[in-house]
Amino acid sequence: MQSRASEIGAGAVEPPTALQLFTGFLALGLTGFGGVLPMSHRMLVEKRRWLSDAEFTDLLGLCQFLPGGNIINLSVAVGLQFRGIRGALAAIIGLIAGPSLILIGLAIVYGHYENNVTLQHVFAGLAAAAAGLLGATALKIAAPLRSKPVPIVIALLCFGAIALLRLPLLPTMLILTPLSIFAIWKYTS
Amino acid sequence: MIALLMALAGIFSELSLLAFGGGNTILPEMQRQVVEIHQWMSARDFSAMFALAQAAPGPNMMVVTLVGWRVAGWAGVLVTSLAKFGPSSILTGIALHGWKRYKDAPWRPIVQAGLVPITVGLVGASALLIAKASDHSIAMTAVTAVCALLSWKTRLHPLVLLAGGAAIGLIGLG
Repeated sequence: MQSRASEIGAGAVEPPTALQLFTGFLALGLTGFGGVLPMSHRMLVEKRRWLSDAEFTDLLGLCQFLPGGNIINLSVAVGLQFRGIRGALAAIIGLIAGPSLILIGLAIVYGHYENNVTLQHVFAGLAAAAAGLLGATALKIAAPLRSKPVPIVIALLCFGAIALLRLPLLPTMLILTPLSIFAIWKYTS
Repeated sequence: MIALLMALAGIFSELSLLAFGGGNTILPEMQRQVVEIHQWMSARDFSAMFALAQAAPGPNMMVVTLVGWRVAGWAGVLVTSLAKFGPSSILTGIALHGWKRYKDAPWRPIVQAGLVPITVGLVGASALLIAKASDHSIAMTAVTAVCALLSWKTRLHPLVLLAGGAAIGLIGLG
């Protein structure tokens, strides 16, 4: 990979320092409610202009392809591109430090009141809503599978193996992922 | 304590490398390990932790931090965070170098599309498991169904839906 300095054309902003990477992702982690993805485009492309639109799409494509959270991977990739391993560490620690501390604070409070019936009801409601959000996410991701019966069957098999039979993830993925890739390859060729 | 931390490290580093399609896909396996195999917390507590992480700011998978905290305090937080975010980050660093070469390779979109049915199945499984642990009344099942529908079909902010669910829980329908 070329160094960023040579890629940045005239008129572009200075490449960020490790400290700027840390503070940029810190702010992102603390403001991203309900998913950080939309906020990250605003921060990286529009506000701080560390990446062009095309670079953002390109890097996000890589991060979605790899295992791990998209934004976590994105912070590592951006940090690494600008400032090497130091930059990657600054970016990912910035991203998760704030939310981690907030959540530990909330977990301590939760721990004090976990036998409180009212709090249990609030959390039941919260979790029920969170389950609904997950369901909607699954439906949204499933959109490109419409009219493709074999991938739909594979999605259902995966759901059944994990949710109903409670099989371990690793063997399930080792069997179903190659099948799925083969099925998609058949559809496209 | 060391054995506990080693177990956390093993579980979360495996999850780190299996999380294709983002953090929500590994929730069922995390729950299986944390609740069913190691019995570190109840299914209800796990759902509550997940919901708490969703309602707080930050990336998707911060439930990892909470599991570490509940199981082994600060040491648990450190170990789970390193195990969950380390391996996938190293992989990202390695892949970044090859990406320019592979992003236009003909197999890449096929592999990526091939992962979609797996992701759909896993995120669907996450939804069912979280719902099962919290939906003990018709009202709560309705909250799950309505939130799914609204989030799917409208552009309502997820926080609005989470707040709505919490409010319905608060008035005693949980």
